[in-house]
Amino acid sequence: MQEINVQYVAELARIRLTEEEETRFGGQLSQILEYVDKLNQLDVEGIDPMTHAVPLVNVTRKDEVQPSLSNELALKNAPASLNGLFKVPKIVE
Amino acid sequence: MEYEIVIGLETHVQLKTRSKMWCGCVNQFGGEPNTHVCPVCLGFPGVLPVANEEALRLTVLTGMLLNCGLPKRAKFDRKNYFYPDASKNYQITQYDLPSTLKGCVEFESENKTCRVGITRAHLEEDVGKSSHFDRVSGVDFNRAGVPLLEIVSEPEITSVQMASDYLNELKTILIYGGISDCDMEKGMVRCDLNLSTRPVGQKELGKKVEIKNMNSFSGARKALTYEMNRQIKVLRNGGALIQETRRWDDAEGMTHSMRSKEMAHDYRYLPEPDLMPFEPETAWYDSIRESVVELPLARKRRYMKDYGLPPKDTETLVSNPSLAGYFEKAAEHSKKPKAVANLILNNLRACMSESNHSVDDLKIQPTHIHELVQLVDSGKINSRIAQEVFNAVYESGKSPQGIVEEKGLAQVSDSSTIDAFCDEVIKANPKSVEDFQAGKQNALNFLKGQVMRLSKGKANPALVGQVLEKRILNP
Repeated sequence: MQEINVQYVAELARIRLTEEEETRFGGQLSQILEYVDKLNQLDVEGIDPMTHAVPLVNVTRKDEVQPSLSNELALKNAPASLNGLFKVPKIVE
Repeated sequence: MEYEIVIGLETHVQLKTRSKMWCGCVNQFGGEPNTHVCPVCLGFPGVLPVANEEALRLTVLTGMLLNCGLPKRAKFDRKNYFYPDASKNYQITQYDLPSTLKGCVEFESENKTCRVGITRAHLEEDVGKSSHFDRVSGVDFNRAGVPLLEIVSEPEITSVQMASDYLNELKTILIYGGISDCDMEKGMVRCDLNLSTRPVGQKELGKKVEIKNMNSFSGARKALTYEMNRQIKVLRNGGALIQETRRWDDAEGMTHSMRSKEMAHDYRYLPEPDLMPFEPETAWYDSIRESVVELPLARKRRYMKDYGLPPKDTETLVSNPSLAGYFEKAAEHSKKPKAVANLILNNLRACMSESNHSVDDLKIQPTHIHELVQLVDSGKINSRIAQEVFNAVYESGKSPQGIVEEKGLAQVSDSSTIDAFCDEVIKANPKSVEDFQAGKQNALNFLKGQVMRLSKGKANPALVGQVLEKRILNP
């Protein structure tokens, strides 16, 4: 069995798990890791890691300005706003 | 025991593009909050970023200006973290395959030529800007997605002065290359400082302290000085330093620890699936190479060699590219480039700061400066009158020659006129004449001044001195 620190992963994802969930997800995540671990059985010597399935490079756009959203539209889905800003919980450093 | 510091700097620079990095929103400082935004830079689900080719071009150009290697393959990655100013909960950056690698910056510091290695200069995106209120914070995403270049130096800087000189040189290089306007007040340049202290002679680096997000070079200087003294004091008193991130408080003039445990990051970098890698062709690199400009240090050396300017004057000119360009145009055909430089550095700069003009606003043309220097050099006007002519040209944009004629300012070298002025002054000031005859040199200067006044400043001062002396001592 692959050991996995479920608490740490949950913390990184900013989610809270009950103890029961921790055990359940821990098992599932371990299974996934074990499955992926099968790749280690292959000899990949000299093969470059692939990040994309499509052999495409150099996709760019011209540096041209396009219209932006209005402030009203930009904030339309925001749960809360303030003076044209997205309102968020106080950020403390 | 003696201690020494080692500094490495990470400098973030906003690129001078028209549009943002991944979308067509305008790359422009200010504006009403959240009006330069779209679904892409707001991180809405289902959108796709497309790389701005100009930002890629400017990144490679920076690499060339900083003597970097240009890898054949570059890609983008996601750096994951939660913070309200990151709209997507990740920042797109270049992790293991940046666009430029391993270069160096050469500059002068404390009368020595220094070279600091550049680890990498990679392309990423800026984040939003947060404002803090009593109980809540607010985020403006106008800045989110603006192309940002992160230039990482090797830990090879050994003094606060050297760090400051490095930053200024880097800034000038970027302005020269048209990479960024580097307007500090608009937050276009920010830097993170890494500083460690070790006993002199020790090979391994000391514990690294990082001070994040400095938005002024003077602040960076102050923070480095404070941190250096703090670290040395801790070590002197037998204490130990820890690796941590500290925050600079400008009002207090101190750094504070940022609870290192909670700050431990795990960014879980992963290849950005929405962006294809870059494998630029040689022809593209070649076309960018044409934009490589002369570096400030090379220009400084050229000015000293070709124009015979002193180092201080050269530095002042070179640090201001538009003024340097103006100087070169004025000095191009001049036999007296030093006089040209003096007029620009003293008179022109004074007038410009007084009237708040930039080089582009000027009515006075480089050819006018050249002409004015010629007028003085040929004896047509004296240097005092030149000041008056300069001011008139600055105001009107008329040619110096024209002003001289219009105002009748030509220098009087005609001997009968000067003789007459001298005689009049000698007659009116018998006491000073006696004093001079008795050996008081000051008396002659006074009489000279009187003649100049009588001629409304137009008499040839050297001639006046000669005539007075002759007439008084051999009457």
